[in-house]
Amino acid sequence: MSGMDREPAMPPLAVRDFTVVTSLGAGRAATAAALREGRSGLQPCAFDAVPFATYVGEIAGLDTVPLEHGLAQFDCRLNRLAALTLRQDGFADSIAVARDRYGAERIGVFLGTSTSGLLQTELAYRRREAQTGALPADFDYARTHNTYSLASFVRMALRLAGPAFVVSTACAATAKVFGSAARMIAAGLCDAAVVGGADTLCATTLYGFHSLGVMSDEPCRPFDAERRGISIGEAGGFALLERSTDRIDKDTVFLLGVGESTDAYHMSSPHPEGTGARLAMERALSAAGVDPSEIDYVNLHGTATSVGDAAEDRAVADVIGTTTPCNSTKGFAGHTLGASGVIEAAFCALGILDGFIPGSPHTRTVDPTFRSGYRRDGGPARVDRVLSNSFGFGGANCSVVLGRAA
Amino acid sequence: MIRVYIEGVGLRGPGLDGWAASLPVLSGAVAHVPAPVSVPPSALLPPNERRRAVQTVRLTLAVGAEAFAAAGRDAGETATIFTSSGGDGDTIHEILNVLASSNRELSPTRFHNSVHNTPAGYWGIATESRAPSSTLCCHDDSFAAGLLEAAAQATAERRAVTLIAYDVQYPEPLSLVRPIGAPFGVALVLTPVPTAAARAAVTLTLRPKCGVASAVASPTLEALRRTTPAARSLPLLAALARGVAAAVTLDYLGNLELALDVTPQLDVGAGVGHSEPVAG
Repeated sequence: MSGMDREPAMPPLAVRDFTVVTSLGAGRAATAAALREGRSGLQPCAFDAVPFATYVGEIAGLDTVPLEHGLAQFDCRLNRLAALTLRQDGFADSIAVARDRYGAERIGVFLGTSTSGLLQTELAYRRREAQTGALPADFDYARTHNTYSLASFVRMALRLAGPAFVVSTACAATAKVFGSAARMIAAGLCDAAVVGGADTLCATTLYGFHSLGVMSDEPCRPFDAERRGISIGEAGGFALLERSTDRIDKDTVFLLGVGESTDAYHMSSPHPEGTGARLAMERALSAAGVDPSEIDYVNLHGTATSVGDAAEDRAVADVIGTTTPCNSTKGFAGHTLGASGVIEAAFCALGILDGFIPGSPHTRTVDPTFRSGYRRDGGPARVDRVLSNSFGFGGANCSVVLGRAA
Repeated sequence: MIRVYIEGVGLRGPGLDGWAASLPVLSGAVAHVPAPVSVPPSALLPPNERRRAVQTVRLTLAVGAEAFAAAGRDAGETATIFTSSGGDGDTIHEILNVLASSNRELSPTRFHNSVHNTPAGYWGIATESRAPSSTLCCHDDSFAAGLLEAAAQATAERRAVTLIAYDVQYPEPLSLVRPIGAPFGVALVLTPVPTAAARAAVTLTLRPKCGVASAVASPTLEALRRTTPAARSLPLLAALARGVAAAVTLDYLGNLELALDVTPQLDVGAGVGHSEPVAG
């Protein structure tokens, strides 16, 4: 990266509102409290009677969350989590204001998920008709299993009528939707956008990551010398992005840049040199017109796999430097797969607004071979610019830069 | 309203064995005869990956390679948008079957092939592309959503973007609740500025629904359009094949439509030259 050209390539977008639900709690206040106190939401896995030891970030009470009136056909764990998330922090009220201001057709809905309502289909396959093998009559493919289900539900629940789709790029999905929204707004197809998304626990990911041998039998320990793999979590998060420059104050957080890349290496293993990660970070900084030295904190992808953490450490040390504070918050709520991009953006936004850097629960001894400025302990700090990394299967990489106005 | 130019097209579907071979059928000169879709594994993949390439991967590599060859553009440098109404049906069915059985051990390869962006991952490996890539879903409207996102990216970031839209069928029992007509894949290489390779300009307007979606004349192709989300591209492909100005309307999300004005670019090469768009 040269320091020659620092003009932003992407117009900043105001993050007008955001909300988040993880195993740390529902809403911004509960989330910020847990992040400040270093309190982890990971617990021994009691989900679906899996026969191996692992820890998960499960959200309590998801079986009984009611859906909005008239949307009962969307009922599945994913959409119940979306409904619960939309009810936090007055987020729906902010949408109502935006709807009055721009019109429902000028507000896009661009959401991410990896597994969509797949759990619903897993349960339906256990109830197939004995003679014919048919799925139960109550199974609703379009409104639960299909990858678009989440955006369809949210668009109806929020009474929005603009362009919409779901991005499903594994664990980079809800980071990439920030880029989609920026493009759609820049192209004039909408004036504002709801971004974010959700992922929930299901057997496919629990058994799938187990089959890859990357599941830890203890709470995950990102960047630890003795890290043993991931802990899976579930989470939902939404943000309202607007292009408008009025009603902006010193506490408005902006989306400053998004950078995307592909590893071109392997379907489920990251490039060992961190080549794709490096490109994503460089492109995000370039889009934001921000110099690496201006970044106050990096929220790492850091899932606590042996190979993944090593590759990211190398890329971060090379692109951002070896002293900038960075860490992974996966020890708080686990790896929430497709939801990790938006919830970690929300963690970063809370850090900017409340003036703190979160710690890294469960990480005891940072890998001595690593060079990045990894912080095991959080604490008060002035945070104006952050970079957040999300990397997924298929070599899908995305970095997002958030911050206060220049 | 946004405008993009189409440099190259790739196509595979029943009785549609490549873009060039399908031109007489799409333009209406020759009757469409449906035939089973068979796509061999791509030679672009390393041998170990070639063996385990699932149907969606074979289909997208075939149409993508054809479109890039027609455009004369380097796939390794070009951003991509993949879009599909579902994933690889066989993969998800096998996983669900195992998880519903008493032995729930999954195959790691099958698990990583279950993600929606599996074709994009293999595309990156095959073309050695580190360019940005995203993968979308919008149920029946996945082609319209993908076209909108690809065109938005081309114009907002001033770069070439390739759209690859595809669908394959589910096996039973999912096929009973989600029938898909036939495997279908289409790739469009889009640029924000006219180039020598550009064969058509397409102006996109997103607007409240005020009419009905465009159909195609052939009864068998129209049946395909109605039953296969990616085949909703057929009216656009027919307009491109005929090489005349045309208006095409795509349904989008029930309350919206995507209006496309298609203009052939037959003689643009003489004046413009093969200049690259400004790098994004």
